[in-house]
Amino acid sequence: MTTLRINGENHKIDVPKDMPLLWAIRDIVGLTGTKYGCGKGLCGACKVLLDGSAVQSCQIPVSMAEGKEILTIEGESKNLQLLQKSWIEDNVAQCGFCQPGQLIAATSLLDKNKNPTDEEIETAMAGNICRCGTYQRIKKAIHKTVELKKQS
Amino acid sequence: MGVVKNISRRSFVKSIGLASGGLVLACNTSIFSNEEKAPENFTSFNPNLFVQLNSDGSLILVSSRSEMGNGVRTSLPSVIADEMEADWNRVSVQQATGDEKYGNQNTDGSKSIRLFFKPMLTMGAMAKAMLISAAAIKWKVPESECLAKNHFIIHTSGKKIAFGDLVEIAKTLETPSEDSLKFKNPKDYKYIGKGLQSVDAENISNGSAIYGLDKRLPNMKFATIAHCPVTFGTVKSFDKTEALKIAGVENVIEIKPVDRPFGTLGGIAVIATNTWAAIKGKEALVIEWDLGENKSYNSSIYLEEITKNVHKPGKVSKDKGNINNAFKNASRTIEATYQLPHLAHAPMEVPNTVAWYRNGVCDVWAPTQVAQTAREEVKEALQIELDKVTINVTLLGGGFGRKSKPDYVAEAAILSKETNNPIQVVWTREDDIKHDYLHTVSAQYFKASITKDNKISGWLHRFAFPSITSTFQKGVEYPGGWEINSASNLPYNVDNLRVEVGKAPAHVRIGWLRSVINLPHGFAINVFTDELAHETTTDPLEFRLNFLSKDKKAKKLQTNRLRNVLNIVAKNADYGKKLPEGHAYGIAIHKSFQSYVASIIEVSVINNKVTVHNVYIAIDCGLVVNRDTVIAQMEGSAIFGMSLAFYGKITAKDGEIEQSNFHDYQMARIHQTPKIHVEIVKSTKPPTGVGEPGVPVIAPAIVNAIFAATGKRIRKLPLIDEGFTV
Ligand code: FES
Ligand code: FES
Repeated sequence: MTTLRINGENHKIDVPKDMPLLWAIRDIVGLTGTKYGCGKGLCGACKVLLDGSAVQSCQIPVSMAEGKEILTIEGESKNLQLLQKSWIEDNVAQCGFCQPGQLIAATSLLDKNKNPTDEEIETAMAGNICRCGTYQRIKKAIHKTVELKKQS
Repeated sequence: MGVVKNISRRSFVKSIGLASGGLVLACNTSIFSNEEKAPENFTSFNPNLFVQLNSDGSLILVSSRSEMGNGVRTSLPSVIADEMEADWNRVSVQQATGDEKYGNQNTDGSKSIRLFFKPMLTMGAMAKAMLISAAAIKWKVPESECLAKNHFIIHTSGKKIAFGDLVEIAKTLETPSEDSLKFKNPKDYKYIGKGLQSVDAENISNGSAIYGLDKRLPNMKFATIAHCPVTFGTVKSFDKTEALKIAGVENVIEIKPVDRPFGTLGGIAVIATNTWAAIKGKEALVIEWDLGENKSYNSSIYLEEITKNVHKPGKVSKDKGNINNAFKNASRTIEATYQLPHLAHAPMEVPNTVAWYRNGVCDVWAPTQVAQTAREEVKEALQIELDKVTINVTLLGGGFGRKSKPDYVAEAAILSKETNNPIQVVWTREDDIKHDYLHTVSAQYFKASITKDNKISGWLHRFAFPSITSTFQKGVEYPGGWEINSASNLPYNVDNLRVEVGKAPAHVRIGWLRSVINLPHGFAINVFTDELAHETTTDPLEFRLNFLSKDKKAKKLQTNRLRNVLNIVAKNADYGKKLPEGHAYGIAIHKSFQSYVASIIEVSVINNKVTVHNVYIAIDCGLVVNRDTVIAQMEGSAIFGMSLAFYGKITAKDGEIEQSNFHDYQMARIHQTPKIHVEIVKSTKPPTGVGEPGVPVIAPAIVNAIFAATGKRIRKLPLIDEGFTV
């Protein structure tokens, strides 16, 4: 038995220790907001926060996630919520499939860096592919979120 | 398309749909699918298949086309709402199942708005007319004294009544005839032409949006399928012992190939309690394949072969004037050959489907661009009646043409029937790239003649590529009519024009990528045009503006609209201004899907590193339904075009696709993103395509800019194979 703590709730699951966190979250726990894009750490669609850092959940075995705080796109965090608001207002998503991963990566960035430059955004988000090509709006929505935070 | 027919028949639910032939059907179908039954005690008014007004005023509008980032679940319903004078805040959108009563549901060819703008206006106008009638009856006043506004009917006296309060009367009324309908003046549109937010934006952002991959059913199992590495190869024998030892693997089943254009390739399926086990199980299979006749396919050798075929006379498809005389009388001629590789679609969401077969019926949840074709495939695969198959269309995590081919849908249905379980078939990314219907590999040869006074007098364009027709009809070796038009409808002023096609048999399943034939043609024509500008020592912008035809043909091809978008980007880019050292502009224009697009792209090339700084793009797509979606599609097209220009290449060696995932089939990323400046031409002309026409201009504009910056002419993609880094 493995206990995963996801979005503040404990989930006891019976899976092989080497099962990637991605599949445990999606198929066992049943939270499908976290996406499969490549399974090889190449696209970022599967990103979750693990103890506050964005990781590719397809590359983390459940054994490594045990005992840690996992935040998925369905979870609650100040920056995630603010970013989601900007994402919606700016119509960032096209097909939207990559966007949970993008939002998690952006959350992790803003958690660590209150006022990222374009370059810092690019570095933090370079692991996330968007096949629809929404990058320009992603950048803009991150900047916008920073502005909104400053104002409030 | 004629849409509405008067139906002089009273019935509780009167629904009008669009048949595939553009005819109109009356039917008594509720807009709810089996899955979501209408609530009990529910009073509603269903004037047609696309509109359901409930007595509480909530309005359900049906989206019959697939949502894959094209924004169609927002745009087409907003057309109904606008014409109906409904309040968008009261609208929810319901996705149609695959059914011919909705008319064409094939979400491809950038035609959703093109084909459905008018019909959706009509659906809205019809609902509005009936609500006006209902109010007039209720108030005992002439209809002419009533008008609809923002979810109310208002009488000239000033009294008003909410739409929802008219449901009881409206539902008893006869459907008005199409000629009696009154349409809004386009200048009064309140949603059309604006940038309504996507109806799915919120669910996408909080992770609750349901793509095919996210569909879950009780007791559902997960399946992966090992397909033969070589297209159309078959299973000789297999050993499942090791696969069955993997925790979670429950079953291993052979699927026989189905010899239909979108039939399964066949292979060995691993059924498991979770995706991970299914993937591991697949890896543990030991399979002996009969690789079949495509095992000697080597795409690089093949490209050289079809290149040879374009270097000798081909089949003539268009012959205007006398090309040989033009060449003979020319002061000089110039020739060039362009070679483009296969491409994979690689939508962010891999092919997948959930199917649940039980008691002779099959319910399917599929991310598909072609719900009706998918239904047909399931029917064929299971040998059951069409009406026993329900295709629920989920959101698509991208399509780009891959999800127009529902081979993966039928696979889920077959496995569900075999196992008596709901099954989700998941293709891994590796499966997706290795077993795609590939965008065609192509060779194109050009020869142009230049007169003493620097005019282009002759243009020969000869190309060869395996046609998509080969997917439908084995043995086809030449491109078909519509795969030629984008070359023969050359917008330029050339008296002697010949288009020829060369032989090119297919060895993989061919399926066009977003923008289809316009990718190879748009690339080669735009680069060759640039070569001609250089050859005649004319500025590339000036050359194109002069070269665009102005004669009779110009009217038919509306070259003035191409000229207009070109002038717009030139202005927006401040063309002619001095750019920083190592920077240059490149130009491309192309008409496709009946839209006119121009692009000017600024690149810099420093130590062979190409950086794209600015993309100026202008589109004339006629009347715009959702401005923001058009802008988004242009932005996305720029990135999509960059990916294929930089990296796009799929190769086959000994019949096997060599690439497998995003490390060897790379995509442009955020740090490579230029500033993308979009301008949309204001127009009241009929709406035309948006999803695809933005892509064809990107790669040639980049290549032309690289030439302007370095003098190095690129005639083959991708750039990373041509000595550049990106
Ligand atoms: S699915 Fe994990 S990085 Fe792509
Ligand atoms: S929005 Fe489609 S992949 Fe990013």
